[in-house]
Amino acid sequence: MKWFDYAAPGSLSEALGLLERNPGALLLAGGTDLLVQMRARRKQADLLIDVKKAPELNELSLDAGGLTLGASVPCYRVYGNRDVARAFPALAEVAGLIGGTQIQGRASIGGNLCNAAPSADAVPLLIALSARCRIAGPGGEREMAVEDFCVAPGRNALGAGEILVSLRIPAGGAGFGAHYLRFIPRNEMDIAVVGSGVSVRLEGGVVSAARVALAAVAPTPLFAREAGDSLVGKAPDAAAIEEAARLASAAARPISDMRGPAEYRRHLCGVLTRRALTAAVAAAQGGK
Amino acid sequence: MQSKVHVQTTINGEPREFLCEPRQSLLECLRDTLGLTGTKEGCNDGNCGACTVTMDGRVVTSCLVLGVEAAGAEVTTVEGIARGSALHPLQRAFLENAALQCGICTPGFLVAANALLEAEPDPDEQRIRLWLANNLCRCTGYDKIIRAVQQAAREMRGANA
Repeated sequence: MKWFDYAAPGSLSEALGLLERNPGALLLAGGTDLLVQMRARRKQADLLIDVKKAPELNELSLDAGGLTLGASVPCYRVYGNRDVARAFPALAEVAGLIGGTQIQGRASIGGNLCNAAPSADAVPLLIALSARCRIAGPGGEREMAVEDFCVAPGRNALGAGEILVSLRIPAGGAGFGAHYLRFIPRNEMDIAVVGSGVSVRLEGGVVSAARVALAAVAPTPLFAREAGDSLVGKAPDAAAIEEAARLASAAARPISDMRGPAEYRRHLCGVLTRRALTAAVAAAQGGK
Repeated sequence: MQSKVHVQTTINGEPREFLCEPRQSLLECLRDTLGLTGTKEGCNDGNCGACTVTMDGRVVTSCLVLGVEAAGAEVTTVEGIARGSALHPLQRAFLENAALQCGICTPGFLVAANALLEAEPDPDEQRIRLWLANNLCRCTGYDKIIRAVQQAAREMRGANA
């Protein structure tokens, strides 16, 4: 790695100031993607700003309205927090899927999002959970739906001087269920060939809202809006789920690469979405 | 101005200080600056787990931690596992079960397995395998390693009973 300087500001405002004065800086959270990319000379910086000491990025708190998940909170804190794991079981599960134990000791869900890999495991689920990004910058704060955050492979929507502070995930509550499934050739420590994150809300035995998002089948994590919408107003039976899975498959725009050919990936979209929806419906019914 | 950073930390229970460049990994600082060569470099990108240490009680791959990030932290390496001159039950179980050949992966397995057994004294086989998924062994295969961890867990539970 080329020489860089290091700073660990103790607050968001200090981090923003450093970033404004150092346009060549990069932000360091868990470092499990960034340090690998810098070592491979795919990224360079004059200054690394370690954002883990800023309380705003380290917040993990539940309230009646939902969860605030600081952008640098490592995965182990998500699944290690009983209340969070009970309120957002699918999120806790996905935090335990990213890398292995050592990676989860460092890597954050916010970093997984900022890294903007098409295959990022957390992102389809964040989309399914209707997460919103809190972004701070020189011009103040703004919010963004998580499905708009990744704009190209490895590129996110943050402008110059901006920092992803936290994610806000609305409470699921009774009648709500979510699930993420991925296909990898191993049992763990691998990059998704395809991933499918889904959520459903049931009211009176009928789907009132549903969301489906896919990993590794487009240049960015893909929100398959039509697939979720197709369930609305229907009983969540096998036929309705099959139709949603077909629409997810149709929305995919996969490429062929070393992890799998495009046709295989398209097929997997349907299989994983069907299974994930079935699990989410069961969770929604169990949560009554 | 390019200047080294003075880092004060605690390693294996002892206060330590060292100078490092911000770009140096904790792994480099441990091995090259502090002479703690028990921690091994394998892949240097977080996949193999040979460089596993604990930092503030969490297992991490020290190749993906900057040395400067160790400031104020408590780090435990494989050198901190043995109890004085007596081998830790995990170390003895690895020897008795022939759970190593070349030995490069062993320090990482020991540190990671120790962290598991401190948190969960009675993990089942699947739990051990999942916990150790970030540690790769290219010689022995994993069965002997899993058996060694299970034996150490039994002994440690017995000792604490």
